[in-house]
Amino acid sequence: MTETNKTPIAPVHAGPSVLVVDDEYDFLETLVKRLERRGFLVRGAHSGHEALRMLEQTSYDVIILDVMMPGMDGIETLREIKLAWPKTQVILLSGHGGEEMGLRGMAYGAYTYLLKPVSLKKLVETAHLAYEEAGLG
Amino acid sequence: MSFFGLKNLGSKIALTALGFSLIPLLALGITMYSMFASAYHDKVRSNLVTLAENKRQSIDLFLREQVSQLRTIAHTHSIEDLSSPEVLDKILTTIQMGSRTLIDLGLIGEDGRHISYAGPYNLAEINYKNEDWFHRVMVRKIYVSDVFEGFRGFPHLIIAVKVQVKGKAWILRATIDSDIFDSLVRWLQLGDRGDAYLVNRAGELQTRPRFGNKSKEIYKHFLGTPFVGARVSEFGDQKHKIFVEGIWLEQKEWLLVIEDDVQSELRPLFETQAATWALGGGGAALIIIGTLLISRMIVVQQERNEREQARLNEELIQSSKMAALGKLAAGVAHEVNNPLAVIREKAGWMRDLLEEEDVQGSENFKEFEDAVDKIEQHVERAGAVVHRMLGFARRMEPICNDVYLNDVLKHTTVFLDNEIKFRGIELIWHLGTDVPAIQSDASQLQQVFLNLLDNAIDAINRNGIITISTSFDRGSDSVCVSIRDNGPGIDKEVQQRLFDPFFTTKKVGEGTGLGLSISYSIVNKLGGTIRFESEVGHGTEFIIIFPVRHYDRNE
Repeated sequence: MTETNKTPIAPVHAGPSVLVVDDEYDFLETLVKRLERRGFLVRGAHSGHEALRMLEQTSYDVIILDVMMPGMDGIETLREIKLAWPKTQVILLSGHGGEEMGLRGMAYGAYTYLLKPVSLKKLVETAHLAYEEAGLG
Repeated sequence: MSFFGLKNLGSKIALTALGFSLIPLLALGITMYSMFASAYHDKVRSNLVTLAENKRQSIDLFLREQVSQLRTIAHTHSIEDLSSPEVLDKILTTIQMGSRTLIDLGLIGEDGRHISYAGPYNLAEINYKNEDWFHRVMVRKIYVSDVFEGFRGFPHLIIAVKVQVKGKAWILRATIDSDIFDSLVRWLQLGDRGDAYLVNRAGELQTRPRFGNKSKEIYKHFLGTPFVGARVSEFGDQKHKIFVEGIWLEQKEWLLVIEDDVQSELRPLFETQAATWALGGGGAALIIIGTLLISRMIVVQQERNEREQARLNEELIQSSKMAALGKLAAGVAHEVNNPLAVIREKAGWMRDLLEEEDVQGSENFKEFEDAVDKIEQHVERAGAVVHRMLGFARRMEPICNDVYLNDVLKHTTVFLDNEIKFRGIELIWHLGTDVPAIQSDASQLQQVFLNLLDNAIDAINRNGIITISTSFDRGSDSVCVSIRDNGPGIDKEVQQRLFDPFFTTKKVGEGTGLGLSISYSIVNKLGGTIRFESEVGHGTEFIIIFPVRHYDRNE
């Protein structure tokens, strides 16, 4: 872990807690590291099932959920999450041409959906917005 | 089927149709004509036989009358009366009042000398004792002579009757005017070239024919033993053919020969023949023309069908190729997208780490930063390609609005204004004023026009002309957009692959090879057609046609 005072954006672990769910290991690992560096408390899950197990143990403010996953896909996972933890904010990440999927996710209660590839800046902003909105709600 | 095959088909159809129509026509014509000809021949021959019979009867009747007239004179007058030239003269005059057939009358005694004579010739002193006919009449009592010149020096014929009173014999003799006899024989000629005359058993002429001297060849075969009834034969070459009828008289062994012109007798037949030929020829010509026209029409129609079929097949192949490649592109894009996302994140992480002080102090910091920049830049580039591939693969759902093609074209060229000016390209507009709005998707159309104009600019490179035209075809209720450049044109080999995805002639990195295939699928989706005409050295024209009313294919 890098030293706290050297990160320009926010102190480590001071921000909202985030769970990133993506089946691509390398992508997940890197995204987790980069978000941590930007002040989030981040954990990663490789599948929908793993995400649900982790949610049972700890609560998270924001979940960044990949739609395209083998086995339990993003939409199914979203429904399970929203059933058990309705206050948790979910940001969907969908691949190209996934607008339809994104809209379906919105209907199931996702905070928003972002189309891949998404810049980290945009993801961070969106996560903050989602967190703030959850706090207000 | 190849066009050679079609030609073959055409001639097969023509030959079959001709065979099935001309052969019956020919058979009908020939059969009808030959049946008519043989019936007509029979009819003409039987007519000729009847006429010959009639003529023979009238000649026989004439001779019988003359003989019986002479016999009547001989038997109703006493020898004393007949011996008187005055009485004889009176009798001749009386007869001649009725007809001028008899020229003279003479009573001849057993010694062959004239006892009395009435007539124009000076024959009173002539002795007939040694004449052939004199002996014959003494034996047979009645005698009709052949035509001979006798003492008078010109042809004539005589009839003589023997009168026997009290053991003594006299002969009453009369001369028949050969002119009257001739004309009697010639009477009732048939046609312009018909003729009639008498010959004796030796074949010598007994009356003067109408037309000069007669060759014995004409009637030679009738001579010999006299036969009963009339016989008909033909004589002469094909050009001057005549019918020859021969019939023997009853009163005298003379053959009546009648000639009839085949030409005039058979004129109705020849006319029928000519009419048959004309009708048959005309009919055959009509059939041939009709058959050729019909087979030509069939071939043309077949050609058109085959071309249409080939075009449809081509379109089908093109669109299935598109679909297959679309799926492939989508698969590849998705597969490439994930590693790209990882690379992008890793590069981002490296960039994050470059902010660390210890790294910034490293001597290779600049190199690292450049490398990360390049990685990000090329990930973006690869991402753009993948994005376009997915755009191609994605199922487009066009929005339908009223679209004015002229406006869309004008708006599209605005994007390219700078480049067009920079490259010294002249833009010529031929926009139809009557082009109506079509139901279509303006932004997708814009993409198509942009692609085509981009290609046109690239083709020209510098200093050229791009012509943009629109028109409305009321007949097919469709609008047409044409974008033409005067660039170098497209090679034949390239033409075949022009709409294929990932096919490009541009340098690596400058074109994806998707522009035209995307345009193709957009136009297809919007219910239109796109094609091009290109000639090397003259330029290329892209032609897009949209129906004014477009109903979605899925509806």
